[in-house]
Amino acid sequence: MSETVNAFAFGVLALMLVGGAVAMLSTRNVIHAAFWLLEVSVVAAGVFYLLDASYIALVQLLVYAGAVAVLMIFSIMITLRRREDAIRPRDFSPVGAVLAVAFCAALLWALRGFSFDAAEMPDVVPSLVAFGKSMFSVRGWALPFEIASLVLTAALVGAVWWSKDGDE
Amino acid sequence: MRVGVEAFLILAAVLFSLGLYGAVSKKGAVQVLMSLELMAVAININLVAFSRFVTPLSQDGAFFTLFAMVVSAAEVGLGLALVIAVYRRARDSEITGLNELKG
Repeated sequence: MSETVNAFAFGVLALMLVGGAVAMLSTRNVIHAAFWLLEVSVVAAGVFYLLDASYIALVQLLVYAGAVAVLMIFSIMITLRRREDAIRPRDFSPVGAVLAVAFCAALLWALRGFSFDAAEMPDVVPSLVAFGKSMFSVRGWALPFEIASLVLTAALVGAVWWSKDGDE
Repeated sequence: MRVGVEAFLILAAVLFSLGLYGAVSKKGAVQVLMSLELMAVAININLVAFSRFVTPLSQDGAFFTLFAMVVSAAEVGLGLALVIAVYRRARDSEITGLNELKG
């Protein structure tokens, strides 16, 4: 028997994902938009879990639903002092809409003409143990992992540098 | 009903386009960053779906996703630091006001 993705779970998650994104873009309140982004992040973690990538789902929850969402809300609170500032004017952009729809149509059209070797889900379920072993083995992803930690350190120092108070 | 890799690709395409719309239409710098996050999530869904369907043993796409997440976390941190730096100078974080370099 071939492995399958639960169609019902996928449908619910996809609906919540797209709905959350639309709500995030259409709400006038910036704080509400930040919370819709939080919802999208949590649901995306669910999609990753559906694809048997439990570690990625966990990182998604910790980094996006945790750190990034808090950072977003803090910056909104720092830059918008008064409650009225959070309510923004309607900003529907026809040009942006045309661009996005055209881009989406192009992507879907490209998908139609594409045939996938792996249309069926493979029976092999990705294992977390193999993931961890591969990540920390020298022949695997140990070097990119260390470089990623350097990138994060540089970003951390840079973010403090840029946002620190003072006149240069 | 069979849910194949195409379903995830379509979902990611729609999500990415929504993010693209937000990134080009929003006027607040924080809102643009949130739209960029939406696009990053769509890309990660693509990578993980291909990882699950094409390379379930080596999970290459999942590793790519992990590093893409690291880069986009760095991007958000630096982006929000920039927003705060701009706010300190201009008392405002509207990107329409940032036109000092306009020729």
